[in-house]
Amino acid sequence: MGAEDRVVDVMLESNLKNVEIAEEISQRVCAGAGCDPDEEFQVGMAVHESVINAIWHGNKNDPAKHVWMQFRIGAGRLEVRVRDEGYGFDVGKVPDAIADDNVLNISGRGIFLIRQFMDELRVRLPQGGGTEMIMVKRLNSKRQTNEEGS
Amino acid sequence: MSMKAVVRQVDSVSVVDITGRITLGEGCAQLRELIRDLLGKSKKNLLLNLANVTYIDSSGIGELVSAFTTVSNQGGQLKLLSLTKKVHDLLQITKLYTVFDIHDDEAKAISSFTQTASA
Repeated sequence: MGAEDRVVDVMLESNLKNVEIAEEISQRVCAGAGCDPDEEFQVGMAVHESVINAIWHGNKNDPAKHVWMQFRIGAGRLEVRVRDEGYGFDVGKVPDAIADDNVLNISGRGIFLIRQFMDELRVRLPQGGGTEMIMVKRLNSKRQTNEEGS
Repeated sequence: MSMKAVVRQVDSVSVVDITGRITLGEGCAQLRELIRDLLGKSKKNLLLNLANVTYIDSSGIGELVSAFTTVSNQGGQLKLLSLTKKVHDLLQITKLYTVFDIHDDEAKAISSFTQTASA
């Protein structure tokens, strides 16, 4: 994180209908960060899965609760934080979605997809309560260099 | 954009043309209901045409798996047709690409049901 990072904060009501709004915001932030189409899709997918996780598992689909998102655009990186009002989970205990015994499971691929599409994933339990997923995407430096040089 | 599905009957195969998003909520519920409805009508050869699926999430992938196992458990077959690149890539990384019978050509997909059924 640097002092010149650009930060976008968003608070959403905990409603599945807001997942598409979260995706649209993610698309705009990615466009502003100079993401290529693949990066835009990958970050969008991570935002989609983490916001659904926050609404469904963290906030138990309670519309009175909220989901907070923060996008932080820095040099060659985009950090996304998604926080709910739940009680947390141990990301290390999430079953491996592609283990032979789990491949045909109906659920359990959300965290796996986030790990596939983002370069870092951490889960933090903030002092004020809730669960915060911190995801980092390192952006295509070649594209950024080209744009800076143009 | 929510999901829409239109069913066509081609020989013994019910071809389901799906448009839009297969995601947690309406999209997944609609697909589950449709599969249940078709099986209830003894339509057990199902070909899901995903050419116009614009987005699928982890729940949508799970719904495809659920449909596949439900149809298989009832002695039927569920196959996939015309994956977009993104759906193709998602099935690859979730190791499901080899689980499903996937086709690019509808006529060949239809005939593959006949071949399997008569084998």
